[in-house]
Amino acid sequence: MSARDREPVDAGRRAALKLTGGGLAVAFLWSAGMGPALANMSARRQASDASAAAADGNPPFAPNAFVRIDGSGPVRLVMPSVEMGQAIYTGICMMLAEELGVGLDQISIEHSPPSDELYGVVLLGGIQATGGSTSTRSQWQVLREAGAVAREMLVRAASLRWKVEAGDCTVARGVITHTPSGRTLPFGAVAEAAGKLSQPEKVTLKARADYTLIGKPIRRVDSPDKVNGSTQFGIDVRVPGMKVAVVRTSPELAGRLGDVDERKARAIPGVVDVIRLDDAVAVVGEHYWAASQGLLALDITWLHGVNENLDNASLLRDLRAKSASGPALVARKATRDTPAAGTRVESEFVSPMLAHAPMEPLNATVHVTPGKCEIWTGSQVPTRCVAEAARICGIPADGVTFHNQYLGGGFGRRLETDQVEQAVAFAKQVAYPLKVIWSREEDIRHDRVRPLYFDRIAATLGADGKPAAWHHRITSGTVLGRWAPGAMGKDGMDSDAIESAADLPYDLDNAQVEWVRHDMPPGLVVGWWRGVGPTHNLFVVESFVDELAHAAGKDPVAYRQSIMKPGSRPRRVLDLAAEHIQWGTPLPPRVGRGIAVGSPFGSHVCLAVEVEVTPQGVVRLRRAVAAIDNGITINPSSVKAQIEGGVLFGLSAAMFSGITIEHGAIQQSNFHDYRILRINEAPAVEVHMVDSDEAPGGIGEVGTAIAAPALANAIFAATGIRLRELPVTRTSLVASKEAEDKVVSTGSGVEDLA
Amino acid sequence: MTVLRINGEDHDVDVPPDMPLLWVLRDVIGLTGTKFGCGIAQCGACTVHLAGKPVRSCQLPVSVIGGNEITTIEAIGGTPEGKRVQDAWLALDVVQCGYCQSGQIMSAAALLAQTPQPTDADIDAAMSGNICRCGTYVRIREGIHQAASGRPLGLQVIVDGERP
Repeated sequence: MSARDREPVDAGRRAALKLTGGGLAVAFLWSAGMGPALANMSARRQASDASAAAADGNPPFAPNAFVRIDGSGPVRLVMPSVEMGQAIYTGICMMLAEELGVGLDQISIEHSPPSDELYGVVLLGGIQATGGSTSTRSQWQVLREAGAVAREMLVRAASLRWKVEAGDCTVARGVITHTPSGRTLPFGAVAEAAGKLSQPEKVTLKARADYTLIGKPIRRVDSPDKVNGSTQFGIDVRVPGMKVAVVRTSPELAGRLGDVDERKARAIPGVVDVIRLDDAVAVVGEHYWAASQGLLALDITWLHGVNENLDNASLLRDLRAKSASGPALVARKATRDTPAAGTRVESEFVSPMLAHAPMEPLNATVHVTPGKCEIWTGSQVPTRCVAEAARICGIPADGVTFHNQYLGGGFGRRLETDQVEQAVAFAKQVAYPLKVIWSREEDIRHDRVRPLYFDRIAATLGADGKPAAWHHRITSGTVLGRWAPGAMGKDGMDSDAIESAADLPYDLDNAQVEWVRHDMPPGLVVGWWRGVGPTHNLFVVESFVDELAHAAGKDPVAYRQSIMKPGSRPRRVLDLAAEHIQWGTPLPPRVGRGIAVGSPFGSHVCLAVEVEVTPQGVVRLRRAVAAIDNGITINPSSVKAQIEGGVLFGLSAAMFSGITIEHGAIQQSNFHDYRILRINEAPAVEVHMVDSDEAPGGIGEVGTAIAAPALANAIFAATGIRLRELPVTRTSLVASKEAEDKVVSTGSGVEDLA
Repeated sequence: MTVLRINGEDHDVDVPPDMPLLWVLRDVIGLTGTKFGCGIAQCGACTVHLAGKPVRSCQLPVSVIGGNEITTIEAIGGTPEGKRVQDAWLALDVVQCGYCQSGQIMSAAALLAQTPQPTDADIDAAMSGNICRCGTYVRIREGIHQAASGRPLGLQVIVDGERP
């Protein structure tokens, strides 16, 4: 490799690198206003590295927070992000190993300890958090550089021992070779010497043509253990002396615990304790079964709070009223008045609350001893868990030991610490280590839900059918305002609430986009849900663009093409998806294709969906074809998997999911009434990727964010019925009274018949 | 005392007769590969084999098991179908978070033991009781077909270190 092919990077330049390819609003670009001015994830050793290395037994070579090389054994890589299925551990290993010069079969992997300084994400304002599809975007530069720093030091150590030029040495698969003489040394042999060297100010990174790992569909590093049951998730943790607690929290949100008659529970073999918090009770058992039977045997009196009369109708009524009254914050201002003439299209959309329902129910194992608290759980926010545990125990943060675990799904739910806080509050009442597990019913009834949204959107079409004016008003609670209040705009704007609404992929100059904040009642806490703001906004915007195409008498793809810049990245994915779904070819009756395009999370995505709607109104998903431009791809198999799974996650929600409230309580409780898409309902998903040299975009959420509008548009194409409220309701799609009667007359199994 | 034969070994356990096998495996014996997902036989994460047939262990009281052999994810690789399914899962990188995959693999292995060359309809029937929240269904389907046919289907991943 010649020097010219390499990409020189020095320590000072990294801070100035542009980290996102996002548009007008990038929800998670929070550098201003919160945390340290710059996140401290660094390719080089920092102040905190000394204590981190000491806690790790002072390995001979620990040049930064990510690489550990001992005298023998595998190279150990420390993962700054958490693994919840998105394959980020594999991506991290590929980025580090590409520059370090080691095989993925020669490494071992470690969850990172909690440290904002060492693992803070610049796109998240310096917090050690895995979310917002930021991991690859924020680590692409620093991890390759970290691998290169380590490699450079190891090579220098070898060259000093051999008394040769470092430039005459090469590295591959953990071995340094002096090319002229053919001498070799494994990394372990020079680890100690390398650990005593100064760190290089400048390193050079490989050119794309020289990659041996990046860009290839390398097998996930976590696959082997996940197919034989040996992966340890948080819920699998076993600590000597541990007991298991099963919890019930007030079903009425923000309700309180009254009297508890525990006599029957205590009589159950295996029940150990009954412990209380202000709003919850837990039965502790020798195992989950005893504890859960004990919980059923409790006679609990709940005390009403402010939400006694809260229901969905009142929530939506208040949201609509607030949309009308404002005040509205302006995210994007119209450039001129709305023309008086032209076709006017106006619509209202309702997007429901959603639960996350990760397959691994929420859990945390906690052992509180005098002055100490030890926690085992799978969290997207390790340092927040530590801070909350310290607060609850009344001890300094360094008294808290946190062991992160593999996450059995996150989807944003594990960006919250509520369950860990509750587990600590219970555990500090007992002497033994306590594993607190939420049943699935608790998980759904006490989710921190995707917000309820109400949208008014309108456009006036010019003589050419294109929007001459666009006005979109979003009304919702705010996740960002609670989770990271310092990241809100100076005017109070929530950049997440407007992402993919203010920054449209279309060539519209005269558009006004507004957000009205309407906080939910206490206890109804809204949270990040996979795809966050864009999942909602793309449903509204892309459904509405379809309406405009219809109003203009144009084909939905042709219409979008007419209002996009030729050659733009979103235009390219639109064309690609349309081509692969064979847009425009004939279909049978009540079969339709829908399309949606967007640019969330620094990537560009288009999804085309083909559905059949039976005469009885059952929607069958026939095909889904995605096109994705996520910039440079680290691992094409992982990108493809995230689009496949993300699309199905979004389709599942649009088809089936909605959290509703009655008497202040969430009505859904388990998979029988909070339906999840099953394999027999899942369409084939094709993924077509654009080859790109642009900076990496996010990938974990884009498939989810683009799913609902493509589905709704396909249902419109199949039936002529426009869905402006999710989830899909079968009864609204019935072809005729006769078809409906046919269903009713069978007496059972509506969906089986269709 | 109840004697359970699990993965070829006898285990003496002192548990209530109505205790579901899931919690005996996880909390008493320490075989945590079998997962808790819903507790009401809706998600399939707890699937194990009882005398070779897939069952939801969250709804299976230990008192009804008798001398029937129990096989869990920890030992399914020792059966020809289980090994083929695991190999296909690895070749296609089916897993994402992985939490449901023990149950998926147990259901898939049972399907192949019963129906060596399953159709898509067979897969729908056998696998629709297993929820995957990450949405790995596309690759689960490919994986079962690949395990059945022995032919590569879909994007095969590369194992670093085994590259030519």
